Amino acid sequence: MAIVLDAGEIGRALKRIAHEIIEHNHGLDNVVLLGIPTRGAFLGERIAQFLKEIQSPVPVGTLDITLHRDDLRMRPPRPLLPTLIPGGGIEGKDIVLVDDVFFSGRTIRAALDAIGEIGRPATVQLAVLVDRGHRQLPIRADYVGKNIPTSSSESVKVSLDEIDGKDCVEIVAGV
Amino acid sequence: MNKHLLSINDLSAEEAFEILNTASELAKISDGPMKKLPTLRGRTVVNLFFEDSTRTRISFESAAKRLSADVINFSAKGSSVSKGESLKDTAQTLQAMGADAVVIRHGASGAAQRLADSGWISASVINAGDGTHEHPTQALLDAYTIRSKFPQFNQSFDGLRVAIVGDILHSRVARSNVLLLTKLGASVTLVAPPTLIPVGVADWKVKVSYDLDSVLKEVDVLMMLRVQSERMANSFFPSEREYSRGYGLDITRLNSLSKNAIVMHPGPMNRGLEISAESADSHKSVVLDQVANGVLVRMAVLYQLLGGATLIGEVSA
Repeated sequence: MAIVLDAGEIGRALKRIAHEIIEHNHGLDNVVLLGIPTRGAFLGERIAQFLKEIQSPVPVGTLDITLHRDDLRMRPPRPLLPTLIPGGGIEGKDIVLVDDVFFSGRTIRAALDAIGEIGRPATVQLAVLVDRGHRQLPIRADYVGKNIPTSSSESVKVSLDEIDGKDCVEIVAGV
Repeated sequence: MNKHLLSINDLSAEEAFEILNTASELAKISDGPMKKLPTLRGRTVVNLFFEDSTRTRISFESAAKRLSADVINFSAKGSSVSKGESLKDTAQTLQAMGADAVVIRHGASGAAQRLADSGWISASVINAGDGTHEHPTQALLDAYTIRSKFPQFNQSFDGLRVAIVGDILHSRVARSNVLLLTKLGASVTLVAPPTLIPVGVADWKVKVSYDLDSVLKEVDVLMMLRVQSERMANSFFPSEREYSRGYGLDITRLNSLSKNAIVMHPGPMNRGLEISAESADSHKSVVLDQVANGVLVRMAVLYQLLGGATLIGEVSA
């Protein structure tokens, strides 16, 4: 087990992503953050906090993608997690999806479907803490905390203070 | 959760709350412009109804369709059942057609259990009312409705006071509700004339009263039951008028309820018998909420039973 990002590095990566979001969107007037539960939701909150410190508050919500997954039939039913769309809605907004680990791209495909159920944003962008490669779909991230090359037998474990009691990203060797 | 939902006894309190929480999340999605979800695409749900039903059948149909399942409606009237086809042959026909879930309503208690245990079909069986035995999805939607009106009971029904009034003897709704509400921690009082209280009630974790007026002030939820004339071969009370006097919810009784109390009825209502029209249409009545919530709760049940891998061969990694 090797630690690839510690608490300080996670904080700096998220702060840099916050700056990039402002730069890319020429401000924050039309930006809405949507975190994908569980850990993406906490990362969304943290990025929103940085955006507020740097420039201005943005609406932040969560988007559960369980019902849109394409692997539902391969596993036992899983509980639904909260979806909270900010009061202003997403119609015509610039959505930034936030997730912890970017892997096959299937979660993001499901998230795009879930967004389509709710409305029609102007743009959808993607921010991830870790990009570990191995894409199975033609999907890319706009903001990446750290690119971590992995083998497909390894797994990437993200721990966040809000739920795991510590901040770190580890690579766990496969069995 | 088990493969089937035949009785409230199939569920633990945690699993029941899990269904209610799933329904709450589905409610948020259903408020949006797109009500349809792709979750059960390619699955087939058969509504197998041997008894008449308005609410339950439409509710299951609507729930399955919102999750993109294919729905086949089967009612005994107009089918080969009226030519004498047995439950076994009907079930095997459904199996051959590839049903993933069978929602069954039957006049005989235990029909759903028989279908699930028989080995005739591999589908999940959901009991939508069997004789005077159980109607688990009704109890779940009632619990959901109660929770949405009393947010303080979000995690547990400890301290919630419920009275179930009327034809307990013939009511599968009452049986399922007693099991579920007591499992979730509520205290339940059954109110009925002695002839309409089942014999084994001493074994249930409930109080029994024969006097509605003495109970009214001390409940949060008043659940009125339909007098099931079609199941009454003998007379259980002297006259409808006398029943209505003793156990009907008229406007005077409605007004003696506490300020926040709610009135429930599983429908269909006999207006003027167990509930007066003013009471049924009052602001305390949540009858239409129950119907609307029924779709969400049944979506949650279908998702829990069919949403994941159902056959052992389907599970990978």
